[in-house]
Amino acid sequence: MRFLDLARFVAGALTGHRLRSALSALGVAIGVAAVVLLTSLGEGTRQYIVSQFSQFGTSLIGISPGKVKTFGVPGVFGGTTHQLTLYDADSLEHLPGIQKVVPVVFGQARVEAGGLGRDVYIYGVTHDASAAWKFPVAEGSFLPEMDPDRRASLCVLGPKLAREIFQGTSPLGKRVRIGGAGFLVVGVMEPKGQFVGFDLDDSAYIPVASAMDLFNLTELNEIDVLAASTGAIPGVVEEVRSVLTARHRGNDDFTITTQTEMLDVFGRVMDIITAAVSAIAGISLLVGAIGILTIMWISVNERTAEIGLLRALGLTRQGVERLFLLESALLAGAGGLLGLLCGLGLGAILTAALPGLPFKTSAGAAVAAVAMSLLVGLASGWFPARRASGLDPVEALRAE
Amino acid sequence: MILLEEVWRTFQVGEAEVGALKGISLAIRRGDHVALVGPSGSGKSTLLHILGCLDRPTRGRYLFEERDTGSLSELERSALRQSRIGFVFQFFHLLSRLTAAGNVELPMMFAGVAPEERRTRAQEALRSVGLAHRAKHRPDQLSGGERQRVAIARAVVMGPSLLLADEPTGNLDRASSREVMELLERMNADGLTLVVVTHDPDIARRARRVIRLSDGTMEEEAP
Ligand SMILES: Nc1ncnc2c1ncn2[C@@H]1O[C@H](COP(=O)(O)OP(=O)(O)O)[C@@H](O)[C@H]1O
Ligand SMILES: [Mg+2]
Repeated sequence: MRFLDLARFVAGALTGHRLRSALSALGVAIGVAAVVLLTSLGEGTRQYIVSQFSQFGTSLIGISPGKVKTFGVPGVFGGTTHQLTLYDADSLEHLPGIQKVVPVVFGQARVEAGGLGRDVYIYGVTHDASAAWKFPVAEGSFLPEMDPDRRASLCVLGPKLAREIFQGTSPLGKRVRIGGAGFLVVGVMEPKGQFVGFDLDDSAYIPVASAMDLFNLTELNEIDVLAASTGAIPGVVEEVRSVLTARHRGNDDFTITTQTEMLDVFGRVMDIITAAVSAIAGISLLVGAIGILTIMWISVNERTAEIGLLRALGLTRQGVERLFLLESALLAGAGGLLGLLCGLGLGAILTAALPGLPFKTSAGAAVAAVAMSLLVGLASGWFPARRASGLDPVEALRAE
Repeated sequence: MILLEEVWRTFQVGEAEVGALKGISLAIRRGDHVALVGPSGSGKSTLLHILGCLDRPTRGRYLFEERDTGSLSELERSALRQSRIGFVFQFFHLLSRLTAAGNVELPMMFAGVAPEERRTRAQEALRSVGLAHRAKHRPDQLSGGERQRVAIARAVVMGPSLLLADEPTGNLDRASSREVMELLERMNADGLTLVVVTHDPDIARRARRVIRLSDGTMEEEAP
């Protein structure tokens, strides 16, 4: 029997019970729509996080005090005897494969000028931070090149902070007070947006030694190292580890985090979330499959006489089995296609209503959703099809 | 063409064994016209199903066109039903969602005949039963006699050598019955071997041979 004839025959049988067929296909459609929606949200979130991290470039390496075995916030588990110092940062300056070294301290402080003030994050860094973090300056210049242990009453403002306290006038050359001490504004950064919830534009940058005074710190919160290339990262990590371990009298009491590692960890976390979400969506698909199974079972029972006739006309057992398998695959496949369209449509509506929503459907996921519905059809049609093909033709003809 | 030797068919009903056919021996020549008569439950349908390779004897031998059907696989028996044997039933067994032409095309579709050829052959078969003008009608738009003639067109469209009819007029009025029987007899005259189960003595009388079954055993009536 030709496949096209088979398909037409089966389609005819399905459209003979329009409402019933539509309802059971709808069961699968809902499942597939759920799968498409949820996996698209997962994929969108993953891409969002990847883009958040890669805005710093993938060659950035972070060193924080304290040893953290698993992914988490470095340093909170304390207990380290050796902290990271400006001398540690200095010792990394001329290692091979390293382009820039930025010692970092940060904390919150109040920035005031002309009666207006804001509590914002203050980053103590060096001249190289702008290049290492890929934060360009919009007006004026970034902090000047100077020894990291020198204090200077200079600052660079984030665009939002500048706007809020200078009300649209240029802050260049004006004075602000940060935590009570006076600073001269030498530059304003370009807008950078948010980084996992922190508003990078609502902050100020001052020389690291001044920031250590301001926050009363003797150690750094972090040292950022920019590798010459992504390929140089493993070598740089090794170099940094051996130099710092030597400086810390043989203690490996710091944590080196590379962007690729962070992305890996996030990728794995996202994979788990995606799998969990897919499992939930898969349950609704299972419900759809049971619907198809039920309808196909009823259909085989109703069409017993027809099955007997087809056998009398020379259709083989296998032919009967194929007929019912294709029928349920077609039913589920149509449901799958409908579900995919509904999922994409709902996604489009959602993203139009909530522009911030991370929603990305990968072509692979779309194809997989429809393929999965076909599989669901074949699986749930298998049992009824076996029953149909197992019927004794004489017995079957007697039904009616 | 058909040779039955000591054919038994028994059914297991709970604990008991019911004998539907008890040692039937019968030879039917090519082009013959045989009427199977007998009271209800005497085994006529069972015998017809065995002749049509839809069922198998519990014991005994059945040779169809010189081949022992006992040694045939399920696939080979399906192939025989597809091309060598045609069935006509009391309740027509037309698929209500298909047109008359669609029903006639079914066996050709299973045999993998190309669509254009199917259409012309179905049209021809419908013309031979006088229903060319009804090709596009669905069964529920046809009278009982017309439905049975569509079923006959379907049964012969593959060019079988044997036509088996189980009470083909059992559901028809007198006029339709005569039409259907005339049609079957005309096909028989063209060389088709015909075995008809019937309750109607008038119809039985027109056959060349009449075989009376009673409680699973047979006796041939003198012509
Ligand atoms: N599948 C079956 N199971 C049990 N008994 C059956 C079965 N098919 C037929 N029989 C019995 O076999 C006998 C002959 O049946 P059948 O050939 O249908 O008779 P007829 O067609 O002459 O009326 C009957 O007694 C019937 O009850
Ligand atoms: Mg009967």
